[in-house]
Amino acid sequence: MLRLRDAFSLPLVSASEGALRNWRRTERAGLAVLLMIFVCSSAYAATVVSGHDPIPVVLWRWAPLLLWGFLFNLIISALSMAVGTAAGLPLGIMQMSPNPLVSRPARLVTQFFRNAPWLVLLFICVLLLPFEFRVFGLRIPFPDWAKAVIGFALPAMANVAEIVRGAVQSVPSGQWESAESLCFSRRQTMMQIILPQCVKRMLPPWMNLYSLITMSSVNASVVGVNEMLTITTQVHAAEGSRPELLAPLYSFALVCFFIYSYPIGRWTEYLERKYQVKE
Amino acid sequence: MQPIYDWFRLFYERTGINLTFIYDSFDRARMIKGFWLTIELSVVTIVISIAIGVFGAWLRGSRFTLVRRGVDGFISAFRNTPPLVQIYFFYFGLGYLLPRVMDPSTGTMAPLVTNVQWAILSLSLFAGAFNIEIFRSGIEAVPKSMLEAAESLGYTRSQIYWYVVLPLAVRNCLPALGNNLVNLVKTTNLAYAIAVPELMYVSKEIWSDATNVREMMITLLIVYILLVAVLVAILNRIERALRVPGYIHAGGH
Amino acid sequence: MTEIVLPKPEPSAAGPSGRPLISLRDVHKSFGSVQVINGVSLDVARGQTICIIGPSGSGKSTLIRCINALVPINSGSIKVDGIEVNDPKLDKLALRRKVGIVFQQYNLFPHKTALQNIMMAPVTVLKQDKVEVEARAHALLKKVRLSGKEQAYPGELSGGQQQRVAIARALAMRPDIMLFDEVTAALDPETKKEVLYTIQDLAKEGMTCIVVTHEMGFAREVADHVYFTEGGVIVEHAPPAEFFGKAKDPRTREFLSQVL
Repeated sequence: MLRLRDAFSLPLVSASEGALRNWRRTERAGLAVLLMIFVCSSAYAATVVSGHDPIPVVLWRWAPLLLWGFLFNLIISALSMAVGTAAGLPLGIMQMSPNPLVSRPARLVTQFFRNAPWLVLLFICVLLLPFEFRVFGLRIPFPDWAKAVIGFALPAMANVAEIVRGAVQSVPSGQWESAESLCFSRRQTMMQIILPQCVKRMLPPWMNLYSLITMSSVNASVVGVNEMLTITTQVHAAEGSRPELLAPLYSFALVCFFIYSYPIGRWTEYLERKYQVKE
Repeated sequence: MQPIYDWFRLFYERTGINLTFIYDSFDRARMIKGFWLTIELSVVTIVISIAIGVFGAWLRGSRFTLVRRGVDGFISAFRNTPPLVQIYFFYFGLGYLLPRVMDPSTGTMAPLVTNVQWAILSLSLFAGAFNIEIFRSGIEAVPKSMLEAAESLGYTRSQIYWYVVLPLAVRNCLPALGNNLVNLVKTTNLAYAIAVPELMYVSKEIWSDATNVREMMITLLIVYILLVAVLVAILNRIERALRVPGYIHAGGH
Repeated sequence: MTEIVLPKPEPSAAGPSGRPLISLRDVHKSFGSVQVINGVSLDVARGQTICIIGPSGSGKSTLIRCINALVPINSGSIKVDGIEVNDPKLDKLALRRKVGIVFQQYNLFPHKTALQNIMMAPVTVLKQDKVEVEARAHALLKKVRLSGKEQAYPGELSGGQQQRVAIARALAMRPDIMLFDEVTAALDPETKKEVLYTIQDLAKEGMTCIVVTHEMGFAREVADHVYFTEGGVIVEHAPPAEFFGKAKDPRTREFLSQVL
């Protein structure tokens, strides 16, 4: 039964159980496809006789800048995941509190930020958060990219909370019972017995979330943050807005993101396998 | 209906909560069009991505290694790259490559494929890639013995796929498929980036004019949550209708 | 439905007993509309070992869990060494220090070694000295015949070994009473014996034990008194010789004929 609450889980970027063995072959195939697209579009662009520099030269010239932009994407997503995880862990634990005054608001917050479309949250953060803070007479500017970090951290926080909740609920109830009969308090049980067992279970979906946040970081270009996609557009303009450059430039971005996801996927596969063997 | 609209205008004057898309006829028309376009995008991409999922899952079982690797490559390429960049690649990158045709209505040269069509194509492929994975795991959860039984009854390969495997596989993977479709509906607002006048784009236009960012944001959130709730209700109905008493799928999501 | 106070307990190694150590009076427990325990009264004297047998669903596991307050009762009274379990102001820590419980599913903490499992509660909860607790843990492992397995994780141990570690873990809290909830039900016949011997040793040393079990042979050998429950009530109880030889109630005889 698909409950509304469960409907808002994340699509799986990482390998499902059946595809674990085929992961490496699959990813090589994917890389092959993308590289083919890249090469084809570049080749086509090269056939456009215009007297301008050929594609490899253009890319060589602009690659450092584009890669800096890509790095910025990675920084944004890493920061968002850090903030989101730091906020999501306590939120997830609060959801399971026996005190309804704590658990109900926690659930509401989690469900809200899970259900809201990420682009809308991004807009809300960028447009509605103040552009600077005044603290103790100091003016601290709040740049757009920082607001984007918050914008991504919010759904990340909600998803981490759900991951935590799912992991804790998957620990057999016998653990709670035996801890209780050995006189552990609820807090001791959580910290020493339940949560350590959950870390393994939480890692694969957490890695999956990290992948998704990294993919979503390009959405920040829509709200004006100067990351790889915006830089690509600027590069295109700098090269005289030659239309045939667009396909190679964008496929270059696709290849960059793909190459980044590959190690994450490998590591997730490794973790999933390690976790399955231990159990 | 006019009195309702006027009430909202008064509401604005009294409380400062500006809902122009209700009381202003121009904004209202824009909003409704945007809403319907979002619905259209969602429905069409859902249908096409499911078709891609079914077809791709079938191809994935092919005897030819090249075909299998091709499908793998497709899935992997679309799953590990950002959907927004995919949309840009299709609309800007490939859009250039296609010829321009004479558009009779405006008398100018218009691209062969409009931005709405590119958005639909790109999003369908994106969601279709995930669907292939989902259907494949649903198919793999169907016990081999069932296939053997069908084969010994004389079914051809495509008949087995259509009559035996698919019905069971669909029941296996409905929850995961539902999740993916819900995400697809939320992802349609990325079409904003290529000026598709769906809900998000229209809302931006309205708040640029009327500077009621807060109200539009909240409205957007509410509308999307409601849209998704409707989709989930439909999916639950389907799941209930397809339910086979006593059939517990082995494995799967 | 017979609910009699235990007959005079036999003089046990633990010495003469005055009031019973555990005393249940007219205990009722329901989950929703299902009445699981329907008026149970029994007494256990210090040093006694009693076995509770009966068909599944007769409320045995729930009864055990009520005694150490894992499951609250609806009405009635449970007194453990003078502590009233049904009291809303119950000091759970004090109760659970006196009562140790071993579960059917062992429930060892999988991320800790056997030694750590045993040491965790006394160190963390009772704040006892680590060195002293470690020495005691080693001794307990020796007692359950698992010396050498200190550094093993539960995943590396067999079912029977895990269960014995679970017994050692409960014993580390130095309880006066040990509850066993069908502890051998999940084990295969060879490993069952190891665990049953361990419990038998405990009983011989004078530990007060309540054992819910399906092992009739064990009940006959080790129990001082056997209780048969069905439908949430005690149908019959007697010392093992009498119970297994000449059971009075037809339900008891039917159950025994099915399992023996």
